[in-house]
Amino acid sequence: MKLEFDIASGDFSQAGQASSRIKKVLKQLQVDPKVIKRIVVAVYEAEVNVVAHSLGGQIIAEFSNEYVEITVQDCGPGIADIGQAMTEGYSTASKKVRDMGFGAGMGLPNIKRNTDELSIESTVGKGTCLKFKNNLNG
Amino acid sequence: MKLADIIRHTEANLVVGSDLDQHDLKKAFSSDLMSDVLTLDTENILLITGLTNPQLIRTAEIADIEVVLLARNKKASAEMIELAREVGVVLLETPYSIYRASGILYKNGLEPVY
Repeated sequence: MKLEFDIASGDFSQAGQASSRIKKVLKQLQVDPKVIKRIVVAVYEAEVNVVAHSLGGQIIAEFSNEYVEITVQDCGPGIADIGQAMTEGYSTASKKVRDMGFGAGMGLPNIKRNTDELSIESTVGKGTCLKFKNNLNG
Repeated sequence: MKLADIIRHTEANLVVGSDLDQHDLKKAFSSDLMSDVLTLDTENILLITGLTNPQLIRTAEIADIEVVLLARNKKASAEMIELAREVGVVLLETPYSIYRASGILYKNGLEPVY
């Protein structure tokens, strides 16, 4: 099964809808709630990042019997220093994003913490592609 | 702690939710930082916050938080109420500050996450 979601830049009223839909699917697949929480927290952090920082993008969720693979691809602006972006506390978030309770520089580290396999590739001027994979059986 | 007791201790108004006996919470967390809420490993807790936007409700849904208490007379927007109904998050409003609500609930046995 494969689900695809378009994520609009700056549209916080829609932020989280893809994560919510993926959570419903995982519940229907009767995945353990603790496993579901790790996956959807990672997806939600990534979804908020696309809304808050990018020019828009897409989330693709592919489900098999054993794994869920998530691809988050955006259209830029890209991350110049991924190592710096992965540092807890480092953030380039706007005041608007911080006022919403995000932008504390905890998103990417939290994605790493909640995923079994994670890769990030980014090119400044082109975009960022984040892929992660979690075992559905814990 | 039963929902009815949380409401009684904090003089809260039940905005979304109906069954007062359904929820029996053991722990609470107070924060305006959703990034922090998303790092919690504990589920089925009370979140006490001064933040009022739809992302609060979405974060509660994602983080498996059953009940959200808006402190210091903050009012839930129509959008927040609609989303809370849709995703099954109980929403309360209290005139007490975060500090006062947290202190009273702690004193009455609602444990901290950390």
